[in-house]
Amino acid sequence: MNRTRTFGLVAALIAFAVLPNFLKSYGVYLMTLFCVYLMAIFGLNLTVGYAGQMSLGQAAFLGIGAYQAAIFLKLGWPIFIVLPVAGIVCFIVGLILGFPALRVQHHYLAFATLGFNILVYLVMRNEEKVTGGTFGIPGIPRPSLFGYSLDGALPFFYFTFLSVVVLALFLWWLLRSPWGRAFAALRDNPMRATSLGINITAYTLLAFAIGAACAGVGGVYYAALVQFIEPAPFHFSASLTMLLAVIVGGSGRFFGPVLGTIIVVLLPEWLRFMQNWYLAVFGFAVVALMIWLPGGLLSIPERLRWKGAAK
Amino acid sequence: MADKIIEFDKVIAGYSPSLTILNETTLDARRGEITLLIGPNGAGKSTVLKTLFGMLVPRSGEVRFEGKRINGKPPRALLADGIAFVPQGRNLFGSLSVRHNLELGGITLPRGELPARIEEVLARFPRIRERIDNQASTMSGGEQKQLEVGRALLLRPRVLLIDEPSIGLSPKLVQEVMTLLRGLADAGTTVLMVEQNVRTALKYSNRALVLEMGRLALDRPASELLHDPDLNRLFLGGHARTAA
Repeated sequence: MNRTRTFGLVAALIAFAVLPNFLKSYGVYLMTLFCVYLMAIFGLNLTVGYAGQMSLGQAAFLGIGAYQAAIFLKLGWPIFIVLPVAGIVCFIVGLILGFPALRVQHHYLAFATLGFNILVYLVMRNEEKVTGGTFGIPGIPRPSLFGYSLDGALPFFYFTFLSVVVLALFLWWLLRSPWGRAFAALRDNPMRATSLGINITAYTLLAFAIGAACAGVGGVYYAALVQFIEPAPFHFSASLTMLLAVIVGGSGRFFGPVLGTIIVVLLPEWLRFMQNWYLAVFGFAVVALMIWLPGGLLSIPERLRWKGAAK
Repeated sequence: MADKIIEFDKVIAGYSPSLTILNETTLDARRGEITLLIGPNGAGKSTVLKTLFGMLVPRSGEVRFEGKRINGKPPRALLADGIAFVPQGRNLFGSLSVRHNLELGGITLPRGELPARIEEVLARFPRIRERIDNQASTMSGGEQKQLEVGRALLLRPRVLLIDEPSIGLSPKLVQEVMTLLRGLADAGTTVLMVEQNVRTALKYSNRALVLEMGRLALDRPASELLHDPDLNRLFLGGHARTAA
């Protein structure tokens, strides 16, 4: 990353950190929600964008993480135990979900993961003793950090914001390591990857597992943010929305999820002034983006460069 | 005569139970030589390489490397044993830089060893060094093929399997690639090559094996076959006069 980009990134991070101080509580809530979804969408971008494995089950992992957090936080477990537990459980479930990807690809894999999401959703809705069924789990406490309460909207925002930055740094490091490049090799051509000795079985499973762990961790923050969870936010339509964020932002581009999450989480809120029309306008904007920018928003500079070169 | 480093003994293999490509194939490649596999489309040339590299598991028969059975051994293990494979077509990851492509080639090496191995390859291929930070897709066809071979050499293989290295290259670049392969063989690396550009490839090879319908139909010194008036017929299909 060159100096201009680094400077721009640091400026954007500072602006994002300062902005909630000037917002009402709903604005802070939305910015925190943005960070939560960004964790899950960063993970999905690794699975779909970098490793080329189709997944329509990301909301299920967000849900698994959220339900675990709801149960364990209510039992009084500290956040530093709840977070790794959620990450590890989702990593293992993601690893298992990766097995169909070893046999099927593309839309077949999409349906396999979609089926998984529906299965998890049905468990959340019907296993009332554990999940509270359609009534959900209310009264989830916000965690505290070294004795400092994160009850307030702003402290919890900063905790979530710092966490997403740490997660992004980890993914940045991972994707720039030889292991990260192996994901790209797997996406571009599994046969070529095999010829280099890349264990495509392991990398396919890891792509699902790491993506799932990111969503599981995001789920912990989601439960603590909304303090009440029920199955609806983890319906497969949420998985579609997350996939949309990956594609709209720029699949396989590191910062694509940031723009994508802005579009799917924040844009509908900004369009609310249009009242009944806001979802229609949002839908139209997404269709237009897909037609004119199939490579996502982050492909704009590249397209401009190509146009310049063509002239 | 050089000793046999690769042996296929009555190997039966294919892509599904109903699609048998190698039909009791028996052949060998000798140490430090370029062995050229030729034959009409569908004869099983690429399938020999894939079976040898563990991408296909033989249904019967035996594949041996330095006398040891390697049937069904995974590619990763074969790379560690000293067999490298450059598949057909463009094999680079175009979106990655030249350096990152090289690093991927050494993914099975201990990380500490990788920089020295990359340096070794760059010393051999100065043109790759010049383009080290460029995106791989911006290189010329010849440079890309050099990078592919260089990437395979990172692991210091004793056997290099290469499938149609001339595909998509201009005649001048084909000569360059063949010279490169000849140099490798002269330095001791065994090369097993599938190539459609038969006349050029024969000039650089030691032996030619003609496959027909998944069986070895002819095994002759390359220089001899190059001057055979029936070469075109052999290559395009038809029965070989002298069975191996």
